[in-house]
Amino acid sequence: MALKSVETLPEATVLFAGDSGDGMQLTGTQFTLATAYAMNDLATLPDFPAEIRAPIGTTYGVSGFQLHFGSVDIRTPGDEVDLLIAMNPAALKVNLDRVRMGGTILVNSNTFEKRNFGLANMISNPLEDGSLDKYRVIQVEITRLTRETLKDFDLNQKEIDRSKNMFALGLALWLYSRPVEPAKKWISAKFGKSPLIRDANLELLKKGYHFGETTEQFVTRYEVAPAKQKPGRYRAIMGVQALALGIAAAASKSGIQILYGSYPITPASDILHSLAKYKNQGIVTIQAEDEIAAIGTAIGASFGGSLGITGTSGPGIALKGEAMGLAHIIELPLVVINVQRGGPSTGLPTKTEQSDLLQALYGRNGDAPIPVIAASTPGDCFIVAYEACRIAVKYMTPVMLLSDGYLANGSEPWLIPNPDDLVPFDVSYAEKTNTTVDGEDVFWPYLRDKTTLARPWAKPGTAGLEHRVGGLEKQEGSGVVSYEADNHEYMIKIRAEKIQRIQAEIPPIEIYGDPDADLLIIGWGSTKGAIEAGVSRSIKAGQKAASIHLRFLNPLPADLGEVLGRFSQHLVPELNNGQLVKVLRDQFLLPMEAMNKIQGRPFGPSEIATKIEEMIG
Amino acid sequence: MSDNKPDSKSTNGQKPTFPPGMKPKGPSSGPKLPPGMKPKGPPSGPPKSGLTGPVGGDGASVATKADFTSDQDVRWCPGCGDYAILATVQRLMPELGVPRENVVFISGIGCSSRFPYYMNTYGMHSIHGRAPTIVTGLKSARPDLDVWMITGDGDSLSIGGNHIIHIMRRNVNAQIILFNNQIYGLTKGQYSPTSEVGKVTKSSPFGSLDHPFNPIALVLGAEASFAARTMDRDPKHMKKMFMRAHDYRGTGFVEVYQNCNIFNDGAFFQFTEKESKSDRTIYFEHEKPLVYAGGTKGLRLDGFNLESIDLENGNLGVDDCLVYDETSRELAGIMARVHWKPDLPQPFGVFYREDRPSYDDLLHDQINAVIERSGKGSLKKLLEEGETWEIT
Repeated sequence: MALKSVETLPEATVLFAGDSGDGMQLTGTQFTLATAYAMNDLATLPDFPAEIRAPIGTTYGVSGFQLHFGSVDIRTPGDEVDLLIAMNPAALKVNLDRVRMGGTILVNSNTFEKRNFGLANMISNPLEDGSLDKYRVIQVEITRLTRETLKDFDLNQKEIDRSKNMFALGLALWLYSRPVEPAKKWISAKFGKSPLIRDANLELLKKGYHFGETTEQFVTRYEVAPAKQKPGRYRAIMGVQALALGIAAAASKSGIQILYGSYPITPASDILHSLAKYKNQGIVTIQAEDEIAAIGTAIGASFGGSLGITGTSGPGIALKGEAMGLAHIIELPLVVINVQRGGPSTGLPTKTEQSDLLQALYGRNGDAPIPVIAASTPGDCFIVAYEACRIAVKYMTPVMLLSDGYLANGSEPWLIPNPDDLVPFDVSYAEKTNTTVDGEDVFWPYLRDKTTLARPWAKPGTAGLEHRVGGLEKQEGSGVVSYEADNHEYMIKIRAEKIQRIQAEIPPIEIYGDPDADLLIIGWGSTKGAIEAGVSRSIKAGQKAASIHLRFLNPLPADLGEVLGRFSQHLVPELNNGQLVKVLRDQFLLPMEAMNKIQGRPFGPSEIATKIEEMIG
Repeated sequence: MSDNKPDSKSTNGQKPTFPPGMKPKGPSSGPKLPPGMKPKGPPSGPPKSGLTGPVGGDGASVATKADFTSDQDVRWCPGCGDYAILATVQRLMPELGVPRENVVFISGIGCSSRFPYYMNTYGMHSIHGRAPTIVTGLKSARPDLDVWMITGDGDSLSIGGNHIIHIMRRNVNAQIILFNNQIYGLTKGQYSPTSEVGKVTKSSPFGSLDHPFNPIALVLGAEASFAARTMDRDPKHMKKMFMRAHDYRGTGFVEVYQNCNIFNDGAFFQFTEKESKSDRTIYFEHEKPLVYAGGTKGLRLDGFNLESIDLENGNLGVDDCLVYDETSRELAGIMARVHWKPDLPQPFGVFYREDRPSYDDLLHDQINAVIERSGKGSLKKLLEEGETWEIT
């Protein structure tokens, strides 16, 4: 056995890429799990095409899974890739620009033949034409080694070839000194019912790992020391899972039944998939006939005294606009989740973007403001979902929750919260009449709470509180239909004022970085990791910069104006063509600078750091 | 209650024994008359359908029509057929014995959809075409409530077309009353999806080109489990149909021919007015022969079509008439297609009824089965599901 040197790295970024059918998402997920076991901090970025099974070997069928891990604080899935594992020429072609100069490219050399070059529209063999000279290239005959390993297994060629990702996984685990046990455990559980497939996969995993040890191609093996993380029990979590768990937590803590109505749409469908399993958690799910029906079922449930939630992506929100207006005017609790994706129209269904902010803030007819809150990390989706539910009920209003494709599918280690530590979530229903008219006790459904301005919630089945609600303007207090001019103006303003009072729920703004800096970066949503990592990098390089991150986009924090005033330069990075920047300029009349990226991919810290240098340099 | 024994409430979670359309034929499926069956004249209403019939058996306070009438002024045009429907529903309510606080009326948008404001129950006037979605959500969350949906031909068959078909196939346990006036009233008189071809309106000055929907055939095509038709000018029959829809555990769909005296006056006069009603309509009932015109005419099957027969000339009698079976999907299909035929009477009655578990029953049966199998969920356990690790 060759003697390998071991190099310790503070952090590394690995990208698995292959055909949609090569099992790269699975390989990435298992590598992530092993990395979590190695107690590294991490962040992931799955990147897959909208097509389910695009033609094999083509560039548009390439599926990737990027993972950034380290002993240091990991905030993003990584700027540049240190190791690209490319299962075919197309995967190499699509992802080469993400690999850092001098980085390592490991290819399945069996696939580098004429037919695949043709499918990927390559004129020559990149392994021979010098185009990879700036990288360290490792050629491994993964297909041949897989077939050899499994030659005594009673499996057909297709079944054998389909397992080759396990060889790659074993090799990658060896290369970064990750434990093999989690993957072994997973394979055993997954294929428990078909022992032959199970044994084949276990054998390949082992062979891949041993190959690393024995081959002369690797002279160095890497180690990444455990990160310093808060003690406690952890799990890996994706944004969509965290959203579903946050909803389950809301149901559990409040005791309120939740009805989730949804129509399948990428990348929000996984929320429905998760919640549909939580039948014993007080959650009812309906797969509705369309987006409008989905929100309709949620509103119907809320009228019945349950909490209605609907989830979708941008195109679905466009369809739900009218119903959100209804929920706003009848003042019922409702949570609307938008897992944003590249738009407009069908846009880039599987790619991330933050381009639905203005739609969330303004996308309804009439003056119909609703609270808008955004999650900033996969794990943060949990708290944001819980908060959205709590605020919807407390203020009797629809709440828009913004996530995005990156948060939805990205994952990070998550310190599992203790349910007892969540803020209390109490629900109270009107039980008796609340005013007197002509000496008679009556129930007025629009007689508001003096602090929150929320109206009472009387659910059907409560005798004596029978009342009607509807989309027509209503008289303040009694709630009867009213076309009276002054009342309409009053109602528009009082409903807006109610939303504004949600400011009371927003904690003071925390400034990240150097509070004495001239430059303040203002971010929202999933860019938090990249912005803060970029700020840290700049500070380490001796520059002065600070950032704040907005969870509430409506209402904005009460102290935002004051905080903005402490800085002379303002930068607003967004994965859109400039949306929050418009809102802030409008509210605070400051000459803010926009930084926009609209490529279906998140910011990397280096992009932020470069921009900081440019602005203050 | 009234004479709707065949609808006695099915039990929670009852499963159909046959796939839809495969129900075994009862003795009444063929064109023959059970022995001793006499032809009937115009149908009589349910017994004791007085204005303030007594409620439930507990002898507690007796609800009246007034208890179900809200304090809001009714704002429909004078002479509108909606008034008769509202009065009929308000009269029916006390007879159903459902506590007022458990009753909910949900509507969409249109003239008919103002209905909930006039009922002193819980209610929601929602958005155009979407009432079925609100009803589906409400019943899924609260199967205990007695939910009625009020809609119109534009609301349900045009903008809400997608939802009406899906609530039908799901079989949500609620009643749907569709006011069909074959016109858009609230927007001041455009042709609707049930308007006849050639209709001249503001939006079709040279006549409408649109082929109209046949609402009963439409819902049957959408897997409706209960479909009936009645008319605003016959409160007794209307009340009976509403009651039967209410007694049915599933989506009880009732189409009501409703006269819009402003924009489409007289659309149904041939069926509703004394002069022509007898010859132009047939009130049909389960297990009874199809006779009309005061017993002087009947309908019999000729292949897959119905034909009118003369029962007075001595050649043919009641025994030759088709005996209706409301559980037959095939007969429902044939009857639904008797639609504005010059040589056949327009049918009024229950076209179809199928014992099929309702969506809300199935939904909660499934939830309860999961809870029974795996226990009530624990949030703590859920959060710690899957692979976890400890950092010390």
